[in-house]
Amino acid sequence: MMDSTNTVRSAAEGGSATDSRGRLGIAMDDTRKARRIDVKAAVENLNFFYGQNQALKNLSMLIADKQVTALIGPSGCGKSTFLRCFNRMHDLQPDTRYEGSIMLHPENINLISRQVDPIEVRMRIGMVFQKPNPFPKSVFENVAYGLRLRGVNNRVLLAEEVEKALRNAAIWDEVKDRLQDSALALSGGQMQRLCIARALATRPEILLFDEPTSALDPIATARIEELISTLRDQVTVLIVTHNMQQAARVSDYTAFMYLGELIEFDEAAKIFTNPSKKATEDYITGRYG
Amino acid sequence: MNTTAPAAAGFVTQTRYRKVRDRIVELVLLAAGLVAMLTTVAIVAILLYESSAFFEHVTLREFFTDTLWTPLFADAHYGIMPLVAGTLTTTMVALLVAVPLGTTIAIYLSEFAPNRVRETVKPILELLGAVPTVVYGYFALQFVTPLLQMIIPDLPGFNMLSAGLVIGLMIVPYVSSVSEDAMRAVPRYMREGSFAMGATRLQTALRVVVPGAFSGLAAAFILGISRAVGETMVVAIAAGMQPNLTFDPREPAATITAFIVQVSLGDLPHGSIGYQSIFAAGLVLMTITLIFNVIGFFLTRRFREAY
Repeated sequence: MMDSTNTVRSAAEGGSATDSRGRLGIAMDDTRKARRIDVKAAVENLNFFYGQNQALKNLSMLIADKQVTALIGPSGCGKSTFLRCFNRMHDLQPDTRYEGSIMLHPENINLISRQVDPIEVRMRIGMVFQKPNPFPKSVFENVAYGLRLRGVNNRVLLAEEVEKALRNAAIWDEVKDRLQDSALALSGGQMQRLCIARALATRPEILLFDEPTSALDPIATARIEELISTLRDQVTVLIVTHNMQQAARVSDYTAFMYLGELIEFDEAAKIFTNPSKKATEDYITGRYG
Repeated sequence: MNTTAPAAAGFVTQTRYRKVRDRIVELVLLAAGLVAMLTTVAIVAILLYESSAFFEHVTLREFFTDTLWTPLFADAHYGIMPLVAGTLTTTMVALLVAVPLGTTIAIYLSEFAPNRVRETVKPILELLGAVPTVVYGYFALQFVTPLLQMIIPDLPGFNMLSAGLVIGLMIVPYVSSVSEDAMRAVPRYMREGSFAMGATRLQTALRVVVPGAFSGLAAAFILGISRAVGETMVVAIAAGMQPNLTFDPREPAATITAFIVQVSLGDLPHGSIGYQSIFAAGLVLMTITLIFNVIGFFLTRRFREAY
């Protein structure tokens, strides 16, 4: 806890998450190295309760803009609960309570404030779920869903945006001839990429992934991971995963959580090669969890 | 060794007893199942047999094209269409009430109502289905018709509108209960997907849950239609008993069911054509119900979503 807080604090003082250096599995070119990495969201002293039960304990960390941040930890450590704070999914259940703040930059909106409309939050922060959950509609209407909710009804514009989103989600070539077919006829991996396209279509600022590949086979998983890596140019990604190799492959920053607490948060390269906490090291090397 | 042999023998006898007992239970269950099946078969057989006698006197052509149904008059006509028209009209009025109301209630209960409200309201609603239909009949005749006459002054005392409206109310619980079950069966992660896109509860209900529950909703509507088509007491009491070829719900008319009641209660001699006509009418009624059930079956299959 101490170490991670220090990292966050020093980064916060610097005004940016940190500047870049050689990152795990990513070839760094000079332009990238020179780019300043901004903060997209700042979590401060976040507590979360299900009734009397405290699920998240005093979390503080920074989410880097247009980078992939992974949340890892054993089952029940609160990583999904944490992820769902960002788009206020807990509001759908009675008797839940947030404390602290998640400030969305640059406007400095506290996402979990009671004064902030959860629907407004969800309009800006997309989410992809563990189980692919396309709606019982056509492929096209699935992707157009968010746009229609936002009042877009112009057919030409819709068609353009849907195509763009499907291309971004690397599924356009597979579905371009069956846009009017039911989305439920797609394979699991295609469904999941469709769900990513659905989330991308509304140009979210942050995209949350809740174990997006745990229901998929290895090949579909590889495609999703590849896709997530390419998405970092467009959107800030926050991903919860059970799979450490996955976190190592796709993330720029990694947070290790245990029993509702943030144990360690650092650059992925550091977490996976030289963690500063014994607990993190034990988890990463497979000694528990 | 000595002890194992008798023990093994006891084992075998036990097994044999159990086998016999299982066999008996199986046969009893089968017999119970057969009773239901045989009843259906017997009903269809009797309907076919009795109406075949009817169709020896009345041609199919007359049956389906004659616009008068007067089997009890000296100048007897046997055109089923006035009764079919009456049945379809009351059913249509009933559906216009039951489908919107039932679906709305189902959406409320499944998507909006807190658990406690749902657990209280649902049983009360289902209690509506336990009210004897004869009560609904007099409710239509003595309460709804006078009420309607305040809006439509020249509405006859017997009319299909009032009967249809009351049948509609009567089948609301069936429609809402089955619809609600169908909507609640739509998995939570699908709703979450919609909420995560920024949808409101109502948008989620109408754009995701209703399409997702379509097969169940279709089943609910078909169930409602079957109930409305087969409803007897309400129409017999409140819609009048004169066969009348019209689709205007403000008019009095007889339905197939109402006619069957009328003849069954009368003193027509067994074997007369008039008496046999109720079997022909019954056959038509069963066919209509069957058609709707088949449509329902295919709709359900066509729209069944694999979650």
